[in-house]
Amino acid sequence: MISRRELLQVAAATAAVLPVGFRHVLAQQRLTQAELLRFDAVGNVTLIHVADIHAQLKPVLFREPSINLGVGEVRGLVPHVTGRAFLDLYKIAPGSAAAYALTSEDFTALAKTYGRIGGLDRIATTVKAIRAERGERTLLLDSGDTWQNSYTSLVTKGQDMVDCMALLKPDAMTGHWEFTLGAKRVKELVDNLGFAFLAQNIRDTEWDEPAFEAMKMFERGGVKIAVIGQALPYTAIANPRWMIPTWSFGIRENDLRANVEKARKAGAELVVLLSHNGFDVDRKLAARVPGIDVILAGHTHDALPQAVKVGKTLLIASGSHGKFVSRLDLDVRGGEVKDFRYKLIPMFADAIAPDPEMAAKIASIRAPHEKMLGEVIGRTETLLYRRGNFNGTLDDVICDALLAERDSEIALSPGFRWGNSLLPGQDIVREDIYNATALTYPAAYRMTMTGARLKEIVEDVADNIFHPDPYYQQGGDMVRVGGVGYTIDIGKPIGQRISGMTLLRTGRPIEAGKEYTVSGWASVNEGTEGPPIWDVVMRHIEKKRVVAPKDAGHIRVLGA
Amino acid sequence: MAVRPRIKLDKKEAKKGDIVEVKALVSHVMESGQRRDNAGKTIPRKILNKFTCTVNGKQVFAADFEPAVSANPYIQFKFRAEESGPVVLTWVDDDGTQIVGQDSIKVI
Amino acid sequence: MTTIFNRRQALAVGAGAAGAVVFGASSRVALAKNDHAEVIQKFTGGKTPVEGRVKLDMPEIAENGNTVPMTVMVESPMTAQSHVTDVLVVADGNPRSPVVTFHFSPASGVAEANTRIRLVATQNIIAVAKMNDGSFYSTKKEVKVTIGGCGG
Repeated sequence: MISRRELLQVAAATAAVLPVGFRHVLAQQRLTQAELLRFDAVGNVTLIHVADIHAQLKPVLFREPSINLGVGEVRGLVPHVTGRAFLDLYKIAPGSAAAYALTSEDFTALAKTYGRIGGLDRIATTVKAIRAERGERTLLLDSGDTWQNSYTSLVTKGQDMVDCMALLKPDAMTGHWEFTLGAKRVKELVDNLGFAFLAQNIRDTEWDEPAFEAMKMFERGGVKIAVIGQALPYTAIANPRWMIPTWSFGIRENDLRANVEKARKAGAELVVLLSHNGFDVDRKLAARVPGIDVILAGHTHDALPQAVKVGKTLLIASGSHGKFVSRLDLDVRGGEVKDFRYKLIPMFADAIAPDPEMAAKIASIRAPHEKMLGEVIGRTETLLYRRGNFNGTLDDVICDALLAERDSEIALSPGFRWGNSLLPGQDIVREDIYNATALTYPAAYRMTMTGARLKEIVEDVADNIFHPDPYYQQGGDMVRVGGVGYTIDIGKPIGQRISGMTLLRTGRPIEAGKEYTVSGWASVNEGTEGPPIWDVVMRHIEKKRVVAPKDAGHIRVLGA
Repeated sequence: MAVRPRIKLDKKEAKKGDIVEVKALVSHVMESGQRRDNAGKTIPRKILNKFTCTVNGKQVFAADFEPAVSANPYIQFKFRAEESGPVVLTWVDDDGTQIVGQDSIKVI
Repeated sequence: MTTIFNRRQALAVGAGAAGAVVFGASSRVALAKNDHAEVIQKFTGGKTPVEGRVKLDMPEIAENGNTVPMTVMVESPMTAQSHVTDVLVVADGNPRSPVVTFHFSPASGVAEANTRIRLVATQNIIAVAKMNDGSFYSTKKEVKVTIGGCGG
């Protein structure tokens, strides 16, 4: 059988027989490790950045969003450009490896050509190669969402990721999903990390004093560098506050301003914000807080092949799920960035050789679970994906499972941005379900709720995404719904965005005063009861054997 | 049982004219008077309504609390160090009782 | 848990009866406006405050509507000649608008205070500072009180 690596070379070689557009692109494609890592070094500092790995040790299929709407001042600006418009904006040829890695265009077909992307062992190879070239000029920084959302990270309470990341020897990280391990476990891991866990925006709820180190100074390539950490400002709202009751988050712009000044006074020639704010928040913040040279962004999972410049600040968005490693070379002189060069490096798993040390570590972590995780429970006939502002087919399966297994009229599934994709015809294995659901508060609840309350929830979540001021956004996607349809006008204010809510089973409008049975998962409330969501979904798929969700068209979007 | 407030000064000694930061926490339900019990009866208001801080007998800061101030009220403020002496914090309850806490500052 | 507002408790009970609880704090479409304008009028003796000199440092989105950190700062030399005497804080969406009044003097050194407050819904917090010369300054900040639970 032809190996993927050979297939890639064949693809490049047979470019001549393909249609013109593809031929051009593939002729230029040389998907080799050397080509992917090739970089004309510049300056005296190299920042290596990873973000939002979501505990994906192995290469993934992950379809980037086809819908990612921006509102207010960021309407139409990256990262709110998707699909064909994204290809046009960055002059990426359709059908190319870059098109596959960065957009949803032709995802199914291109996934078959280019294969999986990511894997911490490929990241290790890349990091080692950059370090070998740039020596002590390098700094490896992780924007967080590293320790959770896979099976092994759940059962080891993040230890698998901490141990693997330790092999990469990062210089600093910040966090978000890390906090869903609970305060005690976070402290335990952070205290033994061996590198800095930075968060200038977390204070204790009692005395209002910093709960984590805000900043760390480094010297690289003769340049004094201050790295300031910024955890997700809305961790205690978007995730269970009861797990971290003594920590308070927030954007804390004034504190950040003070920390930047402190860094400069301490002699920092380069100030880096290691951020989990989300891109729109970082864009706004960059314009308001002077003195930050580079923001290494995270949270909103955007993969942008070029740096975005806001004033003098460079914003870097390095994607998610281990698909990319960012390399940013900087020429820092006289306390200023004089020049830079940037590359978002896709971790094509069939082109980049796995680092043996990391590969062995991953294998040993997975060995006790590998058989169970690989068990086939069904098959999908259509593409399953989650990422996108509204419903995705993966969540349609989850909502269908909730409706059936929890005997409810309406199902809600949170708008998380993590969760891999499955191709049409692909077997569904247990690991696929864990990769879409693994978290520390998995109870699949069932309750009754009035129509008014349901609308209030959908309105509330919509405002967390489509509030025109990014500082009031939380950075997830819309809550996904099953059994109910609605129209949303994203340009309207809270309370007025959602209309025409309809119970799909009957075709009747949702009545404000009427009670409905609603199921869902990942409630942030303590004491939520129900079976773990993965059991619910697996049971459903095992019964059905084959799933084939298509976009049901039950959500109409206006004002986009 | 007397409530013992917890008080933190950011410095024990200050030069004349230095700004001193005070933080204080006190346990109190701050019952708003707007809640109802299970029988539907309004639970009577009972809050700390007045706070003062004196340094060596002179008032440096005061506050009037309304029911919208959270339970176990937290207060943070600053004063200018002029003379050494006791720093006395007093909270007055709706029922007229007082909660008093004390620290001190040395001006060098 | 202490709260002046019983809606969240009602929800928790209702949800508890069904064996599960969804999401966090109660959300709110803002209530009808309260008497904050009159309370401010009374404080200023009818004068309209000038916007500026006052800063409210509060989270954009509250983590817990029962205890929202609030810092108010007023630019002033805080000398005998020129200082802040009082700062009134009101909330335009609570059932009762007054929140707290801080009293300063030159002995305060800095016109800055911090406490934690209860907010029933998304609303504006307004701080009005009175200067010793009888002038008034103000600022306002919107704080969102959200259901949350879907980030990530």
